[in-house]
Amino acid sequence: MTKDTLNNGFRLPLSRRTFLQGAAATAAIPAIGTLTQGARADDAVELTLWAWTPHTQDVINRFMQKNPNIKVNYQNVGQGAPHYQKLRDALTAGTGAPDVAQMEFNSISSFRALKGLADLGPLLPPDVKDRFVDWTWKAVSDGNSVYGVPWDSGPMGMLYRQDVFDSAGLKAPATWDEFADQAMTLAQKTPGKFYTNFGASDGGWICATLAQKGWRPFKLDGTNLQIAINDQIAKDWANYWQKLVDAKAVSTRPLWTADFFTDFDNGTTASWITAAWGPALISGSMKNSVGKWRAAGMPQWKAGDKVDSNWGGSTMAVMAPSQHQKEAAMLAAYVASDPDEARFWNQTVFLFPVEKALLSDAALMGTKYDFYGGQPVNQVFAEMASEVDPSFQFAPFQDNVNSHLQDEFAAALGGNGKIADAFDRVQDAIVAYAKDQGYTVS
Amino acid sequence: MADITAAATAVARRSTGAGSDIWRKLAPYLFLLPFLIVFIGFLVVPLVYAFNLSVWKTTLVGGTHFVGFDNYAKAIVDAKFWGGVLTLLKFAAMQIPVMLALALLFALILDSDMVYLKSFFRISFFIPYAVPTVIATLLWGYLYSPSYGPAAQIAAALNIQRIDFFQPNTILPSIANIAVWEYMGYNMIIYFAALQAIPQDLEEASVVDGAGAFAHAIYVKLPLIVPTIMVTIIFSIIGTLQLFAEPYLLYNLARSIISSYFTPNFYAYTLAFVAQQYNYSAAISFLLGAVTAVISYVFMLLTSRRSAR
Repeated sequence: MTKDTLNNGFRLPLSRRTFLQGAAATAAIPAIGTLTQGARADDAVELTLWAWTPHTQDVINRFMQKNPNIKVNYQNVGQGAPHYQKLRDALTAGTGAPDVAQMEFNSISSFRALKGLADLGPLLPPDVKDRFVDWTWKAVSDGNSVYGVPWDSGPMGMLYRQDVFDSAGLKAPATWDEFADQAMTLAQKTPGKFYTNFGASDGGWICATLAQKGWRPFKLDGTNLQIAINDQIAKDWANYWQKLVDAKAVSTRPLWTADFFTDFDNGTTASWITAAWGPALISGSMKNSVGKWRAAGMPQWKAGDKVDSNWGGSTMAVMAPSQHQKEAAMLAAYVASDPDEARFWNQTVFLFPVEKALLSDAALMGTKYDFYGGQPVNQVFAEMASEVDPSFQFAPFQDNVNSHLQDEFAAALGGNGKIADAFDRVQDAIVAYAKDQGYTVS
Repeated sequence: MADITAAATAVARRSTGAGSDIWRKLAPYLFLLPFLIVFIGFLVVPLVYAFNLSVWKTTLVGGTHFVGFDNYAKAIVDAKFWGGVLTLLKFAAMQIPVMLALALLFALILDSDMVYLKSFFRISFFIPYAVPTVIATLLWGYLYSPSYGPAAQIAAALNIQRIDFFQPNTILPSIANIAVWEYMGYNMIIYFAALQAIPQDLEEASVVDGAGAFAHAIYVKLPLIVPTIMVTIIFSIIGTLQLFAEPYLLYNLARSIISSYFTPNFYAYTLAFVAQQYNYSAAISFLLGAVTAVISYVFMLLTSRRSAR
């Protein structure tokens, strides 16, 4: 999962002044209003919430102070995969599911397929959608139905080592063509150094970078599922990376391992195509490369384009079996999108905001980080956030798709054919799986 | 427990009186009760439950249907399953001989009168078995690490080519090494116990016949513990076919080498908890059980035929 490693709140150097600026800005925006306004529970209720993001308990405590008749039990049942496994098992078993759960954007369609998510549409104020960045709202809604409150997001961009780039005479690439040329240059000038990490070991990374190129592998309509995993876009993308892998210009080190981070820290790998939560993760994991990192926008496939995609990010969803959906919706809305809490999330755990008001907040986005040589990195990603194409759809069994992508990419990198062939194998396997699961596949 | 103790006392008291026959027959079963409860609760019931799962099919669209042996028909031609079995056979071929040979060697050395601090060494060899598999794998994962692991650092300091432990052709030896480290001591203790049971007078006879310690070990001790060796081989084969924790934990370190169907158990895990195919996963698990039974049986058949000859 994309945030498996985003453990205990890696901290960017955040000065007291920045914090106060942020606090002042909060006071200055009274227009935002709370989602929970008007909704009040009548009787005392007890809710359970599952999430793995650090500091969730703090936010829940404040919610309980404001809503004394609601008692919330917070449980962390694991990050990413184990969290979803337990959620699926509880839904299948029919007992033990929480009322509210953290739900990443790429898991929503899977849990909708299990009929595990409550429709928040009638429970939230109708104008609430206007507050969120368009694609995040599109990702959680289907017509008037809403299956989660957007919480944080991961518009993609590029982090790179300024010092390594300088020593090879490189500068942040605007297009993928430039990206490839620079990678080849670096490999020729300094063999053993890698321009970037090819994230073949993470299905989320594969999908997100492909999505930017226009890849739209799934289209679900009722029980009709269109599957186009191995289309021309995927093949072009595969050939693009194959060339760089063959030239040993990019590293294929598995993501999230200690070695993966060590390579960044000692300059063996010079850049990372990552998401808006990446800057905090990197700054929290480096020891020697402080001040040498910079952020840049996502390279484009066509010069002059402004197309981005999203990697990771979560929502707060209400589970269908919940006996107190109204109160659960209040809780989900508060935790994910209360303006003060959204600011809190950004400043303590570095969740990248999904609310327009926060993204255009100069104080919050303009924070300069010493780790990034004084660059206001959030600005880079805030700009990318507006360029995310909202039309990408995940499979109703995305975990399984990711697992197949990872397996077949591993096989391809291990010498079983080319990366392009991996897409053919995944296509075949997923079509067979979808048919087996009862979908009409076209 | 209180009930059982009470029952046992009752048995003891009545054994002299009338009807003692029934109690005498019942007594062993009462003593077996604690075991049976656990055995039924944690083995028989889950097995029945899993078998029941394996003859149904629940899909994302369409719900649950009875499918009889369809899942088994699919499993028996599943290339990923057989690929995993093949991987494990290769793994067994390199891991089991090394592990048992080392265990035997150390057991013979400890059984001879050549070493001091016997019990110290005995415990030292056995300690890795007491380390949980998860910890052992994480520990070795660190030692194998390509950029900050000690092996890599030593290689860098000596300016020699470092060994990449996570390559297609090194991953099996890497895992085998962990398994040898973990289970060698356990097998050694079994051998050591068997060796201790060999009567002392045989050694005296050897000495009288002019055999040295080495010849005694090879020609007397070794043949006498052959049945024990056979048992450890069977145990090792069964254990190997269940391999799960090591590849599962190394998966995160070597994703580009270890697939989610690397071993049959890993495959069953992925099917159940990633692909949500609980039914098919149950069928795969039963098939693995069948394969294990067949391989163990064939091995016993071959060895018993040879010893009969």
